[in-house]
Amino acid sequence: MTGRADITLSVNGQSYTRRVDPRLLLSDFLRHELGLTGTHVGCEHGVCGACTILLDGRSARSCLMLAVQAHGAEVETIEGQGTVAALGPIQQAFREHHALQCGFCTPGFVMTILDMLRHHDLGDDAAIREALSGNICRCTGYEHIVNAVRALVRERGKPA
Amino acid sequence: MKPAPFDYLRAESVAHAVQSLADAGGDGKVIAGGQSLMPMMNFRLVKPSLLVDINHIPDLAGIRQQGGRLGIGALVRHRTTAADPVIARHVPVLHAAMRHVAHLTVRNRGTFCGSVCHADPAAEMPMIALLLDGTVQTATPRGGRRLPARDFFLGPLMTALEPDELVTEIEMDTLPADTGWGFEEFARRHGDYALAAVAVTVDRQDGRAAGPRIAVMGVGDRPMRMPEAEAALDGSDMGEAAIDAAVEALRATIAPNADLHASADYRRHLAGVLAGRALRGAWTRARERLAA
Ligand SMILES: Cc1cc2nc3c(=O)[nH]c(=O)nc-3n(C[C@H](O)[C@H](O)[C@H](O)COP(=O)(O)OP(=O)(O)OC[C@H]3O[C@@H](n4cnc5c(N)ncnc54)[C@H](O)[C@@H]3O)c2cc1C
Ligand code: FES
Ligand code: FES
Repeated sequence: MTGRADITLSVNGQSYTRRVDPRLLLSDFLRHELGLTGTHVGCEHGVCGACTILLDGRSARSCLMLAVQAHGAEVETIEGQGTVAALGPIQQAFREHHALQCGFCTPGFVMTILDMLRHHDLGDDAAIREALSGNICRCTGYEHIVNAVRALVRERGKPA
Repeated sequence: MKPAPFDYLRAESVAHAVQSLADAGGDGKVIAGGQSLMPMMNFRLVKPSLLVDINHIPDLAGIRQQGGRLGIGALVRHRTTAADPVIARHVPVLHAAMRHVAHLTVRNRGTFCGSVCHADPAAEMPMIALLLDGTVQTATPRGGRRLPARDFFLGPLMTALEPDELVTEIEMDTLPADTGWGFEEFARRHGDYALAAVAVTVDRQDGRAAGPRIAVMGVGDRPMRMPEAEAALDGSDMGEAAIDAAVEALRATIAPNADLHASADYRRHLAGVLAGRALRGAWTRARERLAA
C-alpha cells in the first residue's frame, strides 16, 4: 500500500471508514478525525499512558500505533465507558475514592484498569501498583487510584 | 509530533515482507510491537521510506521447546513470554527477567524478537539471548541465516542484520532442573530501563562449578558475556573467595559510561554487587548433577 490508505475499524462498537496518511498516529486519528478527544496525549513516546485505549480487548498506547495498523480492529476508548449522567463502574469508583484531581491522566488510567480487571489477578496492593506503574499521574500521588482499584477488585468477585 | 512520511505495507507472509524490504533498497523498516520503533519515529530519529508491518503474518507467534532448546517466534509478546508455563519451568532465568520488563500496556504489544533486534544496551531480552547461547533465525529473499547471539550485537541499537533481513525466531538453551540460575537488576523505578543487571547460570558437579555463564547489561554499549569472570569460577567451590575473584574480574572487564542517572564508578560497583548476589543465588539453586 502506498500513499493514503482506506481503513475501516470499529470504535466503541461503531464502524468508521476513513482515508488516512500512513504516518497518522492512532491517537491523532481518534482525536482529530473522529473528534474523540477523551483519549489524551501527554508524551507521544510511550511513557505517560494518557493515550491508553483498548485494541481488540487489550490495552495499548495509541501514540505508539498508526491508524493504518488499526484497520479491521476493535478499538475501545474512554467515550465508551460511560456518560456524565451514567458513569461506568470504574469512573464511579474514581469518583467515590477521589482518584482524580485535574483529570488529565484519568482516561488512560480507566482504560488500563479495564484491561487489568479483565485479565489480571490483582491479588494484593503490590500487584495493583505494578499493573498501574506504566501510567503517570502528577496530581493524586496514586494512593486514591489504588484505593479505587482495590474496591473494584473486591466487587469483581461478586455476582451482579 | 508526527513521524516523517513513509509508505506502509501489511505483510502477508515472511516472503512478502523480505521482498518488500529488499525492494525498498535499504530504506525499509520492520515494525513488530512498535514499542521502541514508534518513539524513535515520533522523534524522527528514524525515518524509513517503507514500514513493513509483520503483525498479521501467520505462524510467527509460537513458543516451542525441542531438544534442550526453546524457540520464540517473532510475534510472541512480552505478556506471553512472561506468563508462559514452559518458559517458567524450563527457562526460569528468562521468566525472572521478564518481571522487570516495562509495564502492562507495553507488554501487550512488545515482542521478544523486536527487543533483541532493537539491541538496547540496557534491555533484558538481548542479555538473556546472549546468556543462553541464543541463535537468531532470519529470512531474506536470498534465504535465511542462523546467527549466534554472540555475533549479533554490534553496538548500541546496532546488530548484524541486513536491511532486508527479518528475524523469524530466536532460539536459546533451556535449563535442566538441576542447573542453578540467578538474575539481579537495579532500576530507579520498576519497569524502567535498568542501571545494570546481571544474569548467570551454573551447573554443580562433585561440589564444584561447571560451565558457569555470566552476562551483564547496562554497563557497556551492548549486552556482554564475561569470559574472564566465567573462567575464574569454573571448577571452583563457589565459596566467597571464588565469587570475589569473579566479581573483581567482571569489574576489571567492563567500562561503563557515566550519564544523568549514575557515574561510571557507581555502575561498575553496582554490576559487581549484582553479580555477587546472582552467583550466590544460583549456587543455592544448583543441585548436584547426577552422572549420566
Ligand atoms: C514505557 C516503556 C518502557 C519500556 N521498558 C523496557 C524495559 O524495562 N526493558 C526492555 O527490555 N524494554 C523496555 N521497553 C521496550 C519494549 O520492550 C519494546 O517492546 C522492545 O524493545 C521492542 O520490541 P517491539 O516488538 O516493540 O519492536 P519494534 O518497536 O516494532 O521494533 C524495534 C526494532 O527492531 C526491529 N524489528 C522488530 N522486529 C523485527 C524482526 N522480527 N526482524 C527484524 N527486525 C525487527 C524494528 O525494525 C526496529 O528497528 C519499554 C518501552 C516503553 C515504551
Ligand atoms: S501520550 Fe502515549 S504514552 Fe504518553
Ligand atoms: S489527576 Fe492530574 S495528572 Fe492525574
